[in-house]
Amino acid sequence: MADIAQKWSVTREASRGPNLLARLFDWKPFLVFLCLLPAIGLLVVFLTYPLGLGLWLAFTDTKIGRGGAFIGLENFASLWRDPIFWTAVGNTIFYTATATIGKFALGLWLALLLNHHIPFKSLIRAIVLVPWIVPTVLSAVAFWWIYDPQFSIISYILKDVLHLRSTNIDFLGTPWAARISLIAANIWRGIPFVAISLLAGLQTISPSLYEAAMLDGAAPWQRFRHVTAPMLMPVLSVVLTFSVLFTFTDFQLVYAITRGGPINSTHLMATLAFQRGIPGGQLGEGAAIAVSMIPFLIAATLFSYFGLARRKWQQGEAND
Amino acid sequence: MNHFNRRDTLALGVGALAATTLGTGARAAIPTANVEPPKLEIEKSASLRVLRPTKFVEPDETIFNANTQSFAKATGVQVKVDYSAWEDLRPQTAVTANTGAGPDLVLGWTDDPHLYSDKLIELSDVAEYLGKKYGGWYPLAERYGKKFGTNNWIAIPFGGSGGPSVYRISWIKEAGFEKFPTNLDDFLKLCRKLKEIGHPAGYTFGHATGDGNAFCHWLVWAHGGYMIDENQKVMINSKETIEALKYGKALFENFIPGTQSWLDPSNNKALIAGEIAATQNGVSLYYSIKNSSDPKIATMASDLDHARMPIGPVGRGTETALAINSMVFKHTKYPNAAKAYLAYMMEVEQYDKWLTGTYGYWAQPLKAYEQSDVWKSDPKIAAYKDTMRDSLWYAFKGPINEASAAVVADYVMVDMAASVATGAATPEEAAAEAERRAKRYYKTG
Repeated sequence: MADIAQKWSVTREASRGPNLLARLFDWKPFLVFLCLLPAIGLLVVFLTYPLGLGLWLAFTDTKIGRGGAFIGLENFASLWRDPIFWTAVGNTIFYTATATIGKFALGLWLALLLNHHIPFKSLIRAIVLVPWIVPTVLSAVAFWWIYDPQFSIISYILKDVLHLRSTNIDFLGTPWAARISLIAANIWRGIPFVAISLLAGLQTISPSLYEAAMLDGAAPWQRFRHVTAPMLMPVLSVVLTFSVLFTFTDFQLVYAITRGGPINSTHLMATLAFQRGIPGGQLGEGAAIAVSMIPFLIAATLFSYFGLARRKWQQGEAND
Repeated sequence: MNHFNRRDTLALGVGALAATTLGTGARAAIPTANVEPPKLEIEKSASLRVLRPTKFVEPDETIFNANTQSFAKATGVQVKVDYSAWEDLRPQTAVTANTGAGPDLVLGWTDDPHLYSDKLIELSDVAEYLGKKYGGWYPLAERYGKKFGTNNWIAIPFGGSGGPSVYRISWIKEAGFEKFPTNLDDFLKLCRKLKEIGHPAGYTFGHATGDGNAFCHWLVWAHGGYMIDENQKVMINSKETIEALKYGKALFENFIPGTQSWLDPSNNKALIAGEIAATQNGVSLYYSIKNSSDPKIATMASDLDHARMPIGPVGRGTETALAINSMVFKHTKYPNAAKAYLAYMMEVEQYDKWLTGTYGYWAQPLKAYEQSDVWKSDPKIAAYKDTMRDSLWYAFKGPINEASAAVVADYVMVDMAASVATGAATPEEAAAEAERRAKRYYKTG
C-alpha cells in the first residue's frame, strides 16, 4: 500500500516536473507580474527613486560635495521666513492660473475654428503645432530677443517703423511687465497642445447629436453649451490637468529669459529650486523648494479630476 | 572628449609647431630663478584623466593638447583630456568629488577646490616650487590656491579672467574725456555725459552670473562695503554699502535703459551693435570683435580700448576674477604623475604658449609671466595683465566656502544693488534685506 502511494506520488512528481515552468507561465498572476516588471522597473529606477531621494534631501542639509544629516523641517521653516520663497510661490500660482486660462481660451477657440471644414485643413493644423514642436529652449531664446530691452522687434516696429513710441518697451525691466511677458510666451507655447487635443475631442462628438439639437431648434451657442461642452469635458479635464502640471513646473522659459530677475520678481518655484540647489550648492534647500510644489500639484490634479471629470457616464453608467 | 590617436597626434603636432614658433620669442623674456623642482617619482605605467572647461577660442584647445602631448612624450604618462561645457563643469566636479571616481585632475572653477578641500591632495610642493621659480604668486592666486587660514596649497590656479571696462574711444572723447576715468566722481560724470550725447554706458544689474556679479561687487567694494569679514560675520549692512547703493542708482539712471534685465550676453550684444559706449567684460569681447568675419564689426576694434574699473575711496582696484583652479583628487592612483603634470603645464615652455595663444584671457597667476609677449602684442589688452594682482575674490574678506558660493549664486549683491537702482527699495532697506539673505547661509552670524 505504502509502496503504491509512493510510486504514485513519484509518478505525479515526474509528470509534473518538466512542466513546472510551463505551468508557472500559465498561471495568470505570475504572467501579469512578469509583464509589468519592465514598466515597474523603469518607474522605480527613474521615478520613484529620484522622487524619494528628492523628498529625503529636502529634510537634510546636504550641500553639493558634502552629504548631509537629517535636520527635520528646518529647511521648510527657513523657507517659511523667506519672502523670496513666497514671491516665487505667488508667481508660480499667478503664472499657472493666468497662463492656463489664456491657453484654454485661445486653444479652445482655435480648436473650434479648425473643426470646421476649411481649405488646407491639414496644413493649417500642422502649422498650429509649430510652437509645440520647437524645443522650448529655442523658443525661449527667440522670446528673449523679442523682449530684449535694446533689440526687441516689437520695440523696433513701434519706434522706428511706425513712430508710435519714442523709447523701447521695457518688457523685462519692471516686475509686472516681466511677469506678463513671460506668461505671454508660455501661452504662445502652450496653445497648440490644448488646441490639438481639444480638436481630437471635438471630432469624437457624433454629428448626429448636432443634427438632433438643430432639429430641436438649438442656436449655435446652445449647441456649444449643451452638446459640445459636456461632450468635451472628459478630454478637457485631462488636457487641463496636463497643462496645469506643465505650466506649474515650467523652468526653461523663465530661466532663459530672466533667470528670475529683475530682483527675483519672476522666480518660479522651479527656477528658485534650481538656483539655490545647483549653482548655489544648497541641495537640501533646493529639494525643499521642489518638494513644496508637490501639494500644489496634487491639489491641481484633484481639482481637475473631481471638478470636471467625475461623470458617471464616463464609466459607462447613466448620468445623475 | 580627447583620445590621442595617431591622426590627432599628427594634427596636434602641427598645432604645436605653430605654437612653438609663437612662443619662442616670448620664452626668452620670462625671468626664472634657478630652483630645484620637487622630486616626484612618477608611478609605473601611470595614466591620467583630466577634466577642464571647453575652449573659448581654438588655440586654447590646440595648445593645451599639444602641451599635454609633450608631457606624455617626456614622461610616458598617458593623459586623456575631457572638455566640459562651462555650465556643466561645476556639477561634474561635484560628482567627481562625491563619488570618488572619474577624472584624477580637474581644472575647475575658482571656488571648487575650497568646497572639496578634504578630498584633494596637497599641492604645496608644486606650488612653492613654481612660486620660487617664477617670481612668486599674486595675492589673488594665493587666495585661490591655499586652504583658507593655512599655508597649504590645495589648488594650482591656471589664470584669471578679469573684468575691466571696455569702451569706445571716440565716444569717450566726444564726452569730453581724454582717458577713461580712474575715480568714481569722474566715472559718474562720464556716464552722464555719455547719456547726453546719445551713447550711454551699460553695466549689468541683472541676474547675469558673470557680468552682474562682477559689476555689483565692484560697486560695493569700491565704496568700502563687503559681504563678510574674516570671521564670517555678515557685514553688508554698513554705511559704506549704503553710499555704494546711492552711487549705483545715480549710475543706473544714466545707463542705457533695461540693464536690470540683462543676462551675460546682453552687454556684448549691445556693444557690438553700437548701442553703448562702455561696459565691463573679459577680453573675449574685444577678441571676438577684432576677429569678426563681418568687416563692419571688425573695424570697430580700432575704436575700442580697455581700462581698469575706477577706484573708489578704498583706494584699490575692486574688480573680481573668475579663475581656472586645478585640483588633484585623493582617489587618483597616480598622485605624483598628476602633480608632475600640473607643474609641467605651468612651466614657461608650455604655459607661455598657452597664455599667448589665448590672448591673455586667463591672465597669469605667477608674476614672471607679466613679461610675456602677449602683453606686448597688443597694448589694448594691457588692462587685463594685472588681473590676478589687483582683483578680489567674491567672498572678500572671508573664506571661500559653501556659504559664500550660495550667496553669490543667489545674487544677493546684485539684487541689493538693482533694487535700489530701480527704485524698488531704499538703500537702507536693500542693505538690510541683503544682510538677512546672507545670514540665512552664514548661520554663524
